[in-house]
Amino acid sequence: MSDPTFWHRLQFGFTVTYHYLFPQLSMGLALFIVLLKVLARRTGNPGYQDAARFWIRIFGINFAVGVVTGIPMEFQFGTNWAQFSHKAGGVIGQTLGMEGMFAFFLESSFLGLLIWGEDKFSRRIHDLAAWALFAGSWLSGYFIIVTNAFMQYPVGHRIAPDGSFQIANLAAYLFNPWAIVQYAHNMIAAVVTGSFVVCAVGAYYTLRGVHLDQAKIFLKTGAIVGLLASLLVAFPTGDRQGKMVAAHQPTALAAMEGRWNSGTWAEISFIGQPDVQNRRLDNPVRMPGILSFIAYGSFESNVKGLSEFPVEQWPPNIELLYYSFHIMVGLGTIFIALMMLTALQLWRGRLTTSRWLLWILVLAFPFPYIATTAGWMTTELGRQPWLVYGLMRTRDGASHLVHSGQTVFTSLGFAGLYVILGFLFVFLVMREINHGPVPHGAPASH
Amino acid sequence: MEMLWFWLVSVMIAIYAVADGYDFGAGILHHFVARTDGERRQVLGAIGPFWDGNEVWLLAGGGSLFLAFPKVLASGFSGFYMAMFMVIWSLILRGIAIEFRSHLADGMWRAFWDFVFTFASVLMPILLGAALGNVVRGVPVDQSGYFNIPLFTHFRTTNPVGILDWYTVFSGVFVLLTLASHGALYLAWKTDGPVHERARKIALPMWVLTAVLGGLFTLATAHVNPDIYANLARAPLAWIGLLVFMAGLVAVFLGQARGRFLLAFVGSSAFILGLLAATAASVFPVMLKSTLDPAFSLTAYNAAAGPHSLASGTKWWFIGFPIAIAYFVILFRLHRGKVKATADGKGY
Repeated sequence: MSDPTFWHRLQFGFTVTYHYLFPQLSMGLALFIVLLKVLARRTGNPGYQDAARFWIRIFGINFAVGVVTGIPMEFQFGTNWAQFSHKAGGVIGQTLGMEGMFAFFLESSFLGLLIWGEDKFSRRIHDLAAWALFAGSWLSGYFIIVTNAFMQYPVGHRIAPDGSFQIANLAAYLFNPWAIVQYAHNMIAAVVTGSFVVCAVGAYYTLRGVHLDQAKIFLKTGAIVGLLASLLVAFPTGDRQGKMVAAHQPTALAAMEGRWNSGTWAEISFIGQPDVQNRRLDNPVRMPGILSFIAYGSFESNVKGLSEFPVEQWPPNIELLYYSFHIMVGLGTIFIALMMLTALQLWRGRLTTSRWLLWILVLAFPFPYIATTAGWMTTELGRQPWLVYGLMRTRDGASHLVHSGQTVFTSLGFAGLYVILGFLFVFLVMREINHGPVPHGAPASH
Repeated sequence: MEMLWFWLVSVMIAIYAVADGYDFGAGILHHFVARTDGERRQVLGAIGPFWDGNEVWLLAGGGSLFLAFPKVLASGFSGFYMAMFMVIWSLILRGIAIEFRSHLADGMWRAFWDFVFTFASVLMPILLGAALGNVVRGVPVDQSGYFNIPLFTHFRTTNPVGILDWYTVFSGVFVLLTLASHGALYLAWKTDGPVHERARKIALPMWVLTAVLGGLFTLATAHVNPDIYANLARAPLAWIGLLVFMAGLVAVFLGQARGRFLLAFVGSSAFILGLLAATAASVFPVMLKSTLDPAFSLTAYNAAAGPHSLASGTKWWFIGFPIAIAYFVILFRLHRGKVKATADGKGY
C-alpha cells in the first residue's frame, strides 16, 4: 500500500473499468440504432422509427457519461504514467491522436444532430447521424484496442538509442494481429451487452403489459442479435484470443487456469481455488484436454505450467486473474444457453408468453457488464508484471515524482464523483425506460 | 520536423482556446445574460451542438502533443498533477451539466445544473490561464526532465513555486475575462431577444476591461520573464501574431460599433489566436522552461519523439485535420442562424 505504483494502478484500474461500462453500451446500441433505422426504411413500419428514437434517448445519456468518464483516461497517461508516456509516446501517441482526429470529431459533430435533430432536419440527415455515431464509436474502439495491443504484443516499433519506443512501421503497428483478434472479440462483446439491455427492456415492458408493440420489436431484434453475438463472442473470436494468449503470453495462460505443472491433455477447471503458496488448485472440478484444445487446437498438446517460468515473470495477482477468466468464460457459456432458449421461444412464437424466461431476461442485463469487465481484467492482469510485454515493467512506468498523497487524494475524488454520476445515470435511464417509447410528434419533454 | 510539430500542436491548442473559449464564455455569463428558463435553454442551445466538438480539440491536441513531444506531456502532466485533476473534474462536471440539465423540467434540478455549468465554466479558464502563466514563468524541471509542484506555495514567482502564484493567478483572471468577453460576442451574434441585448450591452465594457488588463498583464510578463520580449523582436512569426492580435482587437470594437457581431466575434477569435501565436513564437523552441537551469528546459528539439514517429504522424495528421475542419463547417452551416428562446420543450 505504501508503494506509489499500487495507487496509480488502483486509480487507473478503477477509472478505466468504470469508464468502460458506458462505451460498451454505446457501441452496442449504436449498432441497434442503425439496424432499427434500416428496418424502418425497409419495412416502412413506423414502429421501428419509434424504437430507434427511444434507444437514441438512452444512447444520449449513456454517451454523455462515456464522454466525461473518458476524458480522465486521456490525461492519466501523462499524470499517472509519465515514464511510460515518455518512453512509448512516439508509438501509442499515434493512435491516441488518431482517435481524437478520426473518431471523436466525427462522433461529437453528429451527436447533437442524432439526439436533438430529428425534428429540425430531414430524415436522411438524421439517419446519416446514426451511421456517423456507429462509425465513430466503433472506430474509437479500434484505436484504443491497437494501443492496448501494443502493450500486450508490441509490434511495428523499434527501440531508439535513448531506450524510447518509436514507430518503425506504422501499418504493422496499426494492423497488429493481436489488435485485430482482440477488436473482434471486444466489439462482439459490446453487442452482447447491447442486446441483453434491449432484451431486458423488452421483457420488462412485456411483464408489465405496457408498450407491447415496442416490446415485441425489442425482444425480436435483441434475441436474434443476442444469439449471434453470444455465439460469435466465444467462437471464433474468444477462441482466437485464447490462442493468441497461449502463443505470446504463456505465463498469463498458465495463471488463468491456475496451472503449475506442464503436461499434455491439459485440463480446464470449472471450479477450484488457486493456492499460490503451495502451487496447487484446491477442490478442482475439471475436464482433461480442453485447455490444450483452447490453447493449441488439439486435445493432447502440451500446455506449460507456471513452474517452468521464473517467479518474477509470473503475473503478481494469480488469484484475481484466475477468477476473472473463469467468470468471463462461465458467463459467456450461460449467455449462449440463455440466448438459444430465447431464440427458440421466439421462433415458436412463445417468447412473449414465457413469463419465467422474461423474468430471467430482465434480471440478466448486468451480467454482460460483469463478463466484459472480467474479460478486460483477464487481459490486463495477464499482461503483468509487464506494462509493455517483455519490454517495460509496470513499476518502471509510473510517474516517479508524484507521491501517494496526491494519488490517494485524486482517487478518493474520483470515487465520490463517480458514485454520484452512477446514481444520476441510473435515475435518468430508469426515467426514460418508465416513460417508454413515444410515437413521433408526441411531446418529447416530460 | 520538430518545428513543424511544434506548430501543429500550437495550432490545435489555439483552435481549442478559441472554440471551447466561446462556450466557456457563454457558461461564465449564463446566469447574467439568461434569467428565465427559456433564455437559459437559448444559451445552451447556442453552444449545445458545438461544445463537445470544441472540446475534442483539447483531446486531439493532447494526442498530437503525446505523439510528437512525449517528454513534454509526461513531465508537464505529472508535474502539474493537482491542477490537471482540477481540469479533469471541471470538464466532467461541465459536460454532465450541459447534457443532463434539460432532462427534467424540475426547477431545482435545472437551477442546480445551471450553477454547476457556470462554476465549471469559470474554473476552467482560470486553470487554463494559470497553465499559460506557468509555461511563461517556468517550472523547476530538473536534470531528468521532470518536476512536481504543489497547487500553491507562497504565491511568489520564485522557487519553491506553486502552480498558482500572483502571476499565474493574474494570468488566469486575464484569460477568464478574455473568454467571457469572447463568449459575450458569440452570444450577441448567435442569439436574439433579451439574451442578445444583455450580451451586447455587457460586451463593450468587458472588452475595454480586457484591453486594460491585457496591458497590465504585458507589464507583469515583462517582469516575470523578460526574455520573452527579447525573443519577440527576433521572431518574425511573433510579429505576424501581434498583427493578427491588433487587427482582431480593432475588429472587436468596430464590429460592436456597427452592430455586426459576427465581425466582432471573428475579431475576438483573431485576438486570442494572435496572442497565443505570438506567445508560442517568442518561447520557441522552449516548451517547458526550467527555472533551475536553462539547460534543463524541455524544447521542441530535446523532447521530440524520434524522426520516424514524427514522420508517421505527419502522414495521418494532414488527412485528419481537413476532415475535422470540414465537420466544423458542415455543423455551423446546419445550425446557421440565430438561436431563439424556446418554450416548446425541445432541444437543450
